[in-house]
Amino acid sequence: MPVKVKIPTILRTLTDEQKEVVSEGATIREVIESLESQYPGIRERLLKNDEVHKFMNIYVNEDDIRFKDQLATTVQQSDTITILPAVAGG
Amino acid sequence: MLTILDTHVEAILEQAFAEHPVEACGLILGKKGQRTPHRLVPMENAARSETFFQFDPKQQFKVWEEMDDQEEVPMVFYHSHTGSRAFPSKEDIHHAWDPEAHYVLVSTAEGRPGEIRSYRIINDKAIEETIRVIHQSNDAPGENHAG
Repeated sequence: MPVKVKIPTILRTLTDEQKEVVSEGATIREVIESLESQYPGIRERLLKNDEVHKFMNIYVNEDDIRFKDQLATTVQQSDTITILPAVAGG
Repeated sequence: MLTILDTHVEAILEQAFAEHPVEACGLILGKKGQRTPHRLVPMENAARSETFFQFDPKQQFKVWEEMDDQEEVPMVFYHSHTGSRAFPSKEDIHHAWDPEAHYVLVSTAEGRPGEIRSYRIINDKAIEETIRVIHQSNDAPGENHAG
């Protein structure tokens, strides 16, 4: 199932500078796997120890997947997935 | 060099002292190519910590959506240090991902309360830059035309 994925500036070197790409999957995990096959190297920027990287935010529409089912969060065809790097520091 | 409005400097310091001892954070947005950022957005520190900050993810999503709609970019990321000076910490450098942004630090700690400094953080290195504070009604239009 195709879904839209918005790519943040810092990951656009991996997506040929595209701001928005179309990927596939019924869950966030599947979408990330499919992104990885399209744009190798993106998975390791998004995941750490098989979880969403602590300083990477992934949203389905406007919901942070940390407050849903994490990587098992389901996506529908009309959904937009947004990836944003966290702004953080000490 | 960072060119910043005097009202923004005042707003950042006011927020930092109001939220002390928790670290305060936020950003200033501008149009790409413009020298002086024009819209300050205070952010919620989701970490609620005296030694760490993280933009609240839900609020960040909303701000980034608005930014896209209005074709703005984050030009300044700011936060406070409430127990130390306005120097970037190892974590600040580690988490900085935008080579085009100015990273502004303010201190509300004893010793140098109100200290404000700006840095570029590129390839895990922070380089301090000068801050030029301008008054909106006089300088800003000229700045924008100069583009």
